[in-house]
Amino acid sequence: MSVANLQVKDTADAKTQPDVAAEQRMFRRPSEWRIFWEAFSQDRLAVGAAALIGLVCLVSMLAPFLSPYDPTVGDNSLRLAPIGTPSHWLGLDGQGRDILSRLLWGGRVSLAIALLPVAVSSIISVFLGLVAGFFGGKVDMIIMRTLDVFFAFPAVLLAVAIAGVLGPGMLNVMLSLTIVLIPYISRVAYMATVTVKNELFVDQARVSGARPLQILFHHILPNTLSPVIVYGSTLVGIMIVLGAGLSFLGLGITPPKPDWGIMCSDGRNFLSVAPHVSAVPGIMLILVAMSFNIVGDGLRDALDPKLRK
Amino acid sequence: MTAAVAEALLEVDDLHTHFQLKNKLIRAVNGVSFAVRRGEILGIAGESGAGKSVTCMSILRLVPNPGRIVRGRILFTGQDLLTKSEKQIRELRGQTVSMVFEDPLNSLDPAFRVGDLIGEALTLHKGLSKREAWKSAGELLRLVGIPDPDRRLDNYPHELSGGMQQRVMIAIALSCDPALLIADNPTTALDVTIQIQILDLVKQLRDRLGMAVLWITHDLGVVAKLCDRVVIMYAGEVMEQGDVYGVLKHPRHPYTRRLIDALPKLGRPEQRLMPIDGRPPDPANLPAGCPFAPRCYKAQPACEERAVPLVETSDGRAVRCLFPED
Repeated sequence: MSVANLQVKDTADAKTQPDVAAEQRMFRRPSEWRIFWEAFSQDRLAVGAAALIGLVCLVSMLAPFLSPYDPTVGDNSLRLAPIGTPSHWLGLDGQGRDILSRLLWGGRVSLAIALLPVAVSSIISVFLGLVAGFFGGKVDMIIMRTLDVFFAFPAVLLAVAIAGVLGPGMLNVMLSLTIVLIPYISRVAYMATVTVKNELFVDQARVSGARPLQILFHHILPNTLSPVIVYGSTLVGIMIVLGAGLSFLGLGITPPKPDWGIMCSDGRNFLSVAPHVSAVPGIMLILVAMSFNIVGDGLRDALDPKLRK
Repeated sequence: MTAAVAEALLEVDDLHTHFQLKNKLIRAVNGVSFAVRRGEILGIAGESGAGKSVTCMSILRLVPNPGRIVRGRILFTGQDLLTKSEKQIRELRGQTVSMVFEDPLNSLDPAFRVGDLIGEALTLHKGLSKREAWKSAGELLRLVGIPDPDRRLDNYPHELSGGMQQRVMIAIALSCDPALLIADNPTTALDVTIQIQILDLVKQLRDRLGMAVLWITHDLGVVAKLCDRVVIMYAGEVMEQGDVYGVLKHPRHPYTRRLIDALPKLGRPEQRLMPIDGRPPDPANLPAGCPFAPRCYKAQPACEERAVPLVETSDGRAVRCLFPED
């Protein structure tokens, strides 16, 4: 009897005095964004990776101004010049083109091909997965069985087929990659939704009188984002490579325009004599892909209250 | 029963809730009738699978699929909830009738702060702004006896102890001043010292706010401590009901009797516990007569022949038995 009793009495007395401090705290309550940012900024690795991605994006966007040479025109007298060559600091490739310039210009293509399809298909997939998982029954059947059809084809083959039908071009490559990604991300979002849907707190919301759509967007959506963010961030690196593969087959951007994947594959003939031709774009690719994974993990940790420190 | 009806807040009348599975029909609730009076704490006790929770979910019309309320009436302040529209019933949920679940941590959405969770029903039903809702949430936490409530609003559910989480759950349930609070086993996940605090808190809140409480439990000790009246359920039927003192001190139904005998008693360590032999009947294949007859020490052939009616006595008690104890 005693403990609860005392507390109620005790606090009832406190209630009679105006609580200025409490009032102020209510006013200065940190927003969700602030809590998120404070958690994320403590993760040094993730902040560093995000900065790297930001920097790469920035210099790629500014390629027309920063690039010292034309990325498509080579100087045959200096073919395969090594790293450190004066005025060509990252060396020259097999056709005597400045690797730094190609890296900058190629970044525009590679980053766009990596980021946009993942972002767009994530949004579509979260919607599909949520709806299918939450409503279940026939809706689930129609959405998920349709997506299962896409699983019947190997992803790369499907991307090639779609890009082939649409014709070459960067936009078409992005479109085909988006379509290819949807079934995979949808499945992740769907599984998360089905798990969260059966949690007791969803019943709790229902008992509190929440409408189905409020439950879906207010309670289920925030709890399904973590796995999608983590999965999506691992896909970014794969997409750079897949996009390069499509370009290699003549379905993406057309040579002599560069992207990182094409640069890697161009250098493969000179691996023994001039490894830097493949290695420089390859290292860039790895750095960016890894950074995305790290940022993805950092986002998950900062968004999930249970994982925050 | 007529006296009870007059002051009844909630009246469940001949409720049948069945689950139609592929090849069998699970009869979870079979003709349950009881009434909750204004301001009283009514306990529903029985073993697992007796249909207690399904009865609760039926009251809020949230029976999980493929369950259906097949027959009966659920009168709340005289109006039948089963004939109301989905929208009307949603207005009721969380506002006039609210519910607390067994497992507090899993009932609280991990993605939100306590203040948001308590404020949800307030913004939903009362149309409060977010800041107003947070302010009321602070008051509610104070009401359920959480020290330093203002700071607690910023906590996420997993940062609180089990007892605090259950207090938060109760605060959520109380947020819109409900006339009826349904609590489904809310203290099972807590240790006994916290359990007694929660029971005291509920009693106090009942006295202060005048709400009625429907308390589901399988712990007769909790019933004795908390409730005014008790309904004993078995295999989806009411076996016995009446005031707590009468039912627990002088049980009339052999099942109630055996439940009490199965409890350990303080001060008599030498006495062995008396388990009830056998198991509850398969809800897909209930016997025609008394469902307890196969396990009953008083059973006669007549018990198994046909359904036994619930007989009311003048002292406000009722028992479903052909050969009640006295």
